[in-house]
Amino acid sequence: MEISLPVPQSLSLRILAASRRFFRWLTRPQVILALIMLVLMFVMVIIPLYSLGETTVTWSQHDLTRVPDAVVGELTIFHWVRMLTGVLGRIYTYTPLQHSMTIAIGATLLALLIGGSLAWLVVRTDMPGRKIINQLAVLPYIMPSWTIAQAWLVLFKNRLTGGTPGLFEAVVGISPPNWLSYGPVPIIICSALHYYTFFFLFTSAALMSIDSNLEESGELMGASRWRILRKITFPLVIPAILSGVIMTFSKVMGTFGGPNILGLPVRYYVVATMIRGSLAAQEKGDAFVLAIVLILFSIITLSINQRLVGTRRSYETIGGRGFVMNQTKLGKIKRALFIAVIIFQVLVIALPIGLLLFDTFMLVDGTYRLSNLTLQHWIGPRGTVYNHGEPGVLRNPKIYSTAWNSIRLALWTAFSTALLGILLGYAIVKGRGTRLSKLVEQLAFIPYIIPGIAFGAVYIAMFARKMGPLPSLYGTFALLVIVSVAKHIPYSSRSGVSAMMQVGRELEEAAMVAGANVWQRFRRIIFPLTSSGFMSGFLLTFITTMRELSLIILLVTPKTQLLASQTMQYTENGDNQEANVVIVILITIVVVGNFIIGRFGKGSLHKGLGM
Amino acid sequence: MGTTITIKNLTKRFGNVVAVNDVSLTIEPGTFLTLLGPSGCGKTTLLRCVAGLEDPDGGEIYIGNKLVFSHSRGISLPPGQRDLGLVFQNYALWPHMKVYKNMTFALEIKKLPKEEMDERVKESLAEVQMEGYEDRYPREMSGGQQQRIALARMLAYRPKVFLMDEPLSNLDARLRMDMRAEVKRLHRLAGATTVYVTHDQVEALTMSSNIAVMKEGVLQQVDTPDTVYHYPANLFVADFIGNPKVNLLDGVVDGNNSVNLGKFQIAIDTSNAPEKVVVAVRPEDVAISTEPDLGAVEFTAYSILPSGADSTIIARLEGTEITVREMGISKINMDDKIWLKFDSKTLNLYDQESGNLVVSRS
Repeated sequence: MEISLPVPQSLSLRILAASRRFFRWLTRPQVILALIMLVLMFVMVIIPLYSLGETTVTWSQHDLTRVPDAVVGELTIFHWVRMLTGVLGRIYTYTPLQHSMTIAIGATLLALLIGGSLAWLVVRTDMPGRKIINQLAVLPYIMPSWTIAQAWLVLFKNRLTGGTPGLFEAVVGISPPNWLSYGPVPIIICSALHYYTFFFLFTSAALMSIDSNLEESGELMGASRWRILRKITFPLVIPAILSGVIMTFSKVMGTFGGPNILGLPVRYYVVATMIRGSLAAQEKGDAFVLAIVLILFSIITLSINQRLVGTRRSYETIGGRGFVMNQTKLGKIKRALFIAVIIFQVLVIALPIGLLLFDTFMLVDGTYRLSNLTLQHWIGPRGTVYNHGEPGVLRNPKIYSTAWNSIRLALWTAFSTALLGILLGYAIVKGRGTRLSKLVEQLAFIPYIIPGIAFGAVYIAMFARKMGPLPSLYGTFALLVIVSVAKHIPYSSRSGVSAMMQVGRELEEAAMVAGANVWQRFRRIIFPLTSSGFMSGFLLTFITTMRELSLIILLVTPKTQLLASQTMQYTENGDNQEANVVIVILITIVVVGNFIIGRFGKGSLHKGLGM
Repeated sequence: MGTTITIKNLTKRFGNVVAVNDVSLTIEPGTFLTLLGPSGCGKTTLLRCVAGLEDPDGGEIYIGNKLVFSHSRGISLPPGQRDLGLVFQNYALWPHMKVYKNMTFALEIKKLPKEEMDERVKESLAEVQMEGYEDRYPREMSGGQQQRIALARMLAYRPKVFLMDEPLSNLDARLRMDMRAEVKRLHRLAGATTVYVTHDQVEALTMSSNIAVMKEGVLQQVDTPDTVYHYPANLFVADFIGNPKVNLLDGVVDGNNSVNLGKFQIAIDTSNAPEKVVVAVRPEDVAISTEPDLGAVEFTAYSILPSGADSTIIARLEGTEITVREMGISKINMDDKIWLKFDSKTLNLYDQESGNLVVSRS
């Protein structure tokens, strides 16, 4: 029996129609942007990660010195066995990992305590001067993360290194014990004092978004103050707190500056300093095993964290909306509390900078006499006995190219990141609900969980050699820009998404109906409406890139020296004053840059962090 | 000036949800057609498909003689080439542009000379009674004013088709009434074929020349407001249109040209009716009296809801509840005995199984 079907169009016509439909899908701006972003992230994140893994399981030229019968280029598990088993495993991997975890957990908890209580005081109490406190609270974040560590050294070092006393010993006359001068305790304190900003910003935004009615209804039902705080307020700010935990934990896990300054004198190694050590010894395979261990550890910790929250919401923004807000009356202690908080903030901001500045004027470290004060380290001539015969920092032509490198890098990175952020935000928000959009959003998250030092290692693995059409980028300025942009992708996608969310889709659709093409829509609607998000992303990236150390410490060469790495080099050469001069210069540039961008660009740090 | 819109077998899916299901509809030139239905019925999606903001999964759309979308041919013109204007629910005025720029955006893209742009802006602002607002930013105006500007922006580019997506739903009740009159007048003035989306059946009844009722992506009925109101094609339409709601009473045809409703019978021609039917009667078609009358059924007044011009009376007889509308302020008190009388000329009969109209009022 024959079944008669309606005759469809000819096959070629149907293929033509299908290809037209495909082309139309492909040329939608959100689709094409998403695809471009996928390729970018693939090249900037996925391939380097793969390359990192590959290096750890391949014999290298250098391995021949240890294993003469190795075949270069062949697969091997040598590095993994070496780094994870036996005595070497303990020394190289497990102990540093334990140290990294110790300081990460310690710093996170301490930062949470400081940031959380400050946020509560500022948002939810009648303490005076809350505006000033609010503004001062972000300042530690502007300073390089190791500033406080460096200042700690000026204050608390003992005669263990270099034989000169710190300011504390000189004034009080007691030599501080090693545990106070070096090792985990000061590292934790210094990191926490830097990173509490995250908790402060996240928690205060969350507290601001809680409608007091929620708490009042608890109060009406007869719940006690403490019970309300525990049962209503706290659960509501938990997502914000966990965002801070994720951010701080993964930052401290990969941080290099603090542990390098305060850990090395007592041989307190963390994974980050260990990676640097292995690389300095040409042991790439070993270093990369450590990098992978560090990445895996961060991922495991963070996924446990995510489990606890339930969803990935913790990473998302909690917008500050205006609600009814009633404030806890602090009564008599409010003045005392205000003074205590201000003193704390001055201690955290002004004291380190003051100490560093003071240190730069000391001719010889550790001699606390008026006659020892000098400008030698700033503008001294070449060929003196100080500073290995190098001239003062400002007389050294190197510093200007270094500063210019830093500024150039920060500007390039900030611009590319902010632009990428808007494009990522567009691709993600406009494509909401599609698999492509989800994929882009998830891929964009990856650099977040790769600690800074490991990310640098990833890039060495990939770009040390020629890759297809790409020349070997090691030692170039471009590589520094690429790595900085890549590391910032999570932040840029986050601030881009929040900027795009504020542009209703109707606004672009109205322009479509009016006949505007893609370029006209971007130029006249999308870009103008997201400009404040763009500027905020720009500002945040400018600041973080200026003072980024962990990420670039493995990648700089004498030609591409940056201010951040320059301070480390001075420190490692024992030229503490010069190091501190560079930090002071660095902070000055950041503060001036912050002011200029904030003044003329309408950007704000709060917004840049996606709030 | 208006143009025909022809929609053929249009289908749009979002994942597993069929938002628009095989819709075919011809909209004659100059018609004011309202797409009416509860939220999620696909009316906005259908409008967005016509505008070109959604890519349908099947079917064709013509605007005038121009094929603007065809799935089988792989054609879809971008919104800007469809010669239509769209007013959004939240106005979608560009916040960073003044009124003048908002209105000339499309004209600049069309590369109109400056004098003509000025003239059109002036003219369109006058049409919505917003003369002199050229230099305001959107946030410097009230919601109602922004809505007028959104309309003026559409008028300025003089499209052949007006599309409006619940344009009045963000306004307060009073302003909404004013704007209904305004929009209706603008439509008459411009003569453009208009497709207007709303979930408000009063708005649909008061403004349209035609109403298309939708439910779960499927067109239920396309007719004039009068027909949709008096002869709803099925129980869904009957129930959705009208305020207070229509009375729907389950009954059984007992052969004698009468329907048994349990406690009482209603006389009606049942020649085309199946056994199980639903009797539909509008509240204003039920006669109410405080005195017994021949053929009237005794009920109890359960609740009285006077609203000035008329009163709504909820009448109960054991399990049966009937809503009655009476002009003026009712003298009836709660729990009074009342007598209701049904006129067979005002009744619609629906098949209980299919929900379709089987016997219509005369």
